Order: sequence, then C-alpha cells, then structure tokens
Amino acid sequence: MTKEQIKATILEIIAQIIPDEDLSNLKGDIPLREQVELDSMDFLDIIMELRKRYGIEVPEDDYMQLATLDGSIAYLEPRMKEL
Amino acid sequence: MVAKKPNEARIVITGVGLTAPNGNNLAEFRKSLLAGKSGIQKFNVRYMGEVLAGICHFDPLKYQKKKELRRGTRAGSIAIYCAQEAIADAKLDLACLDKSKIGIYLGITEHGTVETENEIYEIKQFDYDVKYWSHHHNPRVVANNPAGEVTLNMGITGPHYTLGAACAGGNIGLTQGLQMLLLNEVDLALAGGISESTGSFGIFAGFKSEGALASHADPEKACRPFDKDRNGVVVSEGGCIFVLERLSDALNRGAKIYGEIVGYAINSDATDFIFPDKDRQVECMKLALDKAGISPEDIDIINTHGTGTVEGDPVECQAMREVFGEHLHAYINNTKSFIGHAMGAAGALELAGNLPSFEDYIVHPTINLDHLDPECHLNNLVINEPKKIDKVDYILNNSFGMLGINSVVIAKRFEE
Repeated sequence: MTKEQIKATILEIIAQIIPDEDLSNLKGDIPLREQVELDSMDFLDIIMELRKRYGIEVPEDDYMQLATLDGSIAYLEPRMKEL
Repeated sequence: MVAKKPNEARIVITGVGLTAPNGNNLAEFRKSLLAGKSGIQKFNVRYMGEVLAGICHFDPLKYQKKKELRRGTRAGSIAIYCAQEAIADAKLDLACLDKSKIGIYLGITEHGTVETENEIYEIKQFDYDVKYWSHHHNPRVVANNPAGEVTLNMGITGPHYTLGAACAGGNIGLTQGLQMLLLNEVDLALAGGISESTGSFGIFAGFKSEGALASHADPEKACRPFDKDRNGVVVSEGGCIFVLERLSDALNRGAKIYGEIVGYAINSDATDFIFPDKDRQVECMKLALDKAGISPEDIDIINTHGTGTVEGDPVECQAMREVFGEHLHAYINNTKSFIGHAMGAAGALELAGNLPSFEDYIVHPTINLDHLDPECHLNNLVINEPKKIDKVDYILNNSFGMLGINSVVIAKRFEE
C-alpha cells in the first residue's frame, strides 16, 4: 500500500467506527480525539480492525503513535507496504 | 371493597411507548389488533435458515446516533425507542424533570444470548482465536444493558435495571416500577419489557428441539393459541415501556391517564422447568384479584398468556375456568395470535394493546382460531373479530414463563 492508500484505509476504518462524524477536514497533525468524538473503546475498534483485516498487531505501548492521522500513517507504512 | 387509597398511593399509566411486529406506537398497534393484522413473517436465522418470526420495523435512528447503534444491542435500541416514545406520549419534557428521580425497570426473558452468539460466529472466521473477541462484549451482555442504554441515551441518573423473568418479564417490569413508586424510591417509572430474541438462533433452535416451534405455510397463521392445529411458539422481538406516575403527580400536571394498576401478583410453580402448573396460575390470578379488592366477576377482559403450544394453552384455560367459573362473563382474547411471542416484552405489549378498550369498549380478538380445541373452550372467547361490549372497567393480564414464574396485572379504568 502507498501512503495515500494507507491514509484512505485508516479514514475508511474510522468512518465505520464513528459514522456520525464528518471526517472531511481532519488535520493530520492534531490528535484525532481532539477533532472528533473518538473514545478509548472506539480506538480499540481501530486496533481490532487492523488485526482482522490485515493481521497487524499494535502493542499497547505503541498506541500513542496512532494518536494522529499522520502518526498512524507513519507507524503503519512499514507494516502495510507489502500489502 | 377495599378502602379508597390516597392519590399518592395510586399508580397510573400516563404514557405508552412500544414497538411490535404490527405497529410502532399504540395507535398503530391497536389499529392492527382491531383489523386482524398479523406481524409474522418469514425470517432467516443463522444456522436455522428460514423460520417464522415477528420482526419490528421501527426506525432506531429516530432517537439514536449511528455510533450508538453500532456499539449497543438490539435490546438497547428497542428500549431506547420505547422509552423515548413513552416520555413523548406522556407529554413530559425530560429537560424539566429531576432525572435522578426517574427509574427504569425492564423485564427481559434473557439477555446476552444474541451478542454471545454473534461473537462466537465472528471468531469462528479466525479459527476461534479469542484475540478477535470484541472489547464491546461485556457492556453488551451485562443483564442491565437494555435499561442502561436508555440512561445513556436520555441522561437519566435514577436507578436502572432489568428483571429476568422469562416470558412473565413484561408484567414484572411493570410491577417493579409500580412498587418503586409506592416506596417513594422514584417519582416517575419507565417500566415494561423488552425482547431481542429473534437475533438468537439458539432461541429458535431450543423451541424446535422441544417440539414447540410453530410452523405453517402461511406465516400470518402460524401463531394459533387455542386452535386444535396449533403447533408451537412464534418467536418475536418487541418492546413496551409505560410511564408510571403516582396519581397525585399525574393529576397535578393534567396528564392523560390510560388506566390505573390496581392489582398485581407474582408467584412460582416450583414444579417444572418448562411445563406450567394450573394450581399456581389459579393462585396468582386470585392473589391479583385480592390485591385489587375485587371479585372475579368484576373483570371485563382477560388477556391470556396462551402461546400456542399444545401443552400450555389448556392449562391456562383450566386455570381461568377455576378462577372465573365455567360461565365466566369476562371477554377473553389473546395478542400473541397477532404478534407471536415477544418474550420479555409480551406482558407489557399485551396490556398496552388492551388499554384502549377503556375508551372504545372494543375487545380485540384472538385470530387464527379456526377449529377451537375443546380443551380450550371458554365462554366469551373473542374469536377472529373484535367485539363491542357494554362496559370495560377492569382488564386482567396473564403472563407466565419458564421455570414456573407467573405474573398477573389488573388495570382499572381511571376514575377519581
């Protein structure tokens, strides 16, 4: 996957988890939770979707790296580039 | 006659919110019951294939966000819809109420079965690796879930819980709400019953294994209590929540009063897991009549529990003959013949469907009764067509459940 594809995938997962939110103006460098209503259970849904769809395991210690959209792309790029 | 109670000790119904397979509010539901309109349809269930079921068609997004729907349960959605509709029907403004003095008491037959089956189905795709088990599982399956989702949706901070009472749940939720008002634990009760049972293959498969799952070429004719050709239960989902208030409060705010709950009783057979016991049903009806301070001949309408099983229906009929006499004058009907067995919601829905009789004096019928089983013969069984009668002062509602739990509620036409 390219960076753009990874970004689209993350946004698609988030849209599924918080379907009432408008994601069109999400800023990449600001924590997602400051921009949309995304609580800890929603965040765990993102982790679960990555596991189910792509077999990607995100250890709890790395959760903070997925706090922003840009951080998520950077973290996932090496893990998804072969997909 | 018992001495007249003070208005603070009289509990009245001032709002009704419901969803049934043939109506999403009391007016629609009643119209269907008087028109003979069934709500039973063909329905696909995991592992079972096509079965017959009663499915509700309310719009959950009327009161919930998509995210709430995704995170919560079907039972939670049904409960939220019914609670919101009940508050609106009672013409109450939540913003003006002390939300810490509102209690939510919902009868359920079971809860968590649907959600557990769904999770097991999900992890089956991952060779049952439990790391794919949802973190939402526990809040979805805790027994208070349907009532708890109502508090989250409506910001209600008073007590909330469910009452597991098999198919007597609806009456028992109502009874609990009444009791909490009498104890002054709350000032307003949202009380009734909820069922999401159609989401569980296990419920259908269980009835089938018992030889008690109804089948018929025409889905709308499948549920046929008291008929010689009845062959079991039609599983349905549904919900009905009443707004209950002390009469004093209802009068102070000029509320519309649907009726007063004057009698109630709950007892146990202590005889069998499944099969009902006539003697305890008799006792339960008599207890409710005693509580109401009235005689059997005062009852004008009896809404039966009758589920359409070969074994269960004659037992209830025999119990009614014993309480009311062979020549009972009360008119008798059955709501499950229209909507199937809404399990924990059944008692509440069935009472709701009869409350309009206090105003229109019409008794809705029992449908699908083509060949009356002689063992189920009862005087004044209202068969297939509604019946206009001269007076409706008292309605008695039976609801019985597995493990031998019996419940009876008596509603009275409101008069000061």
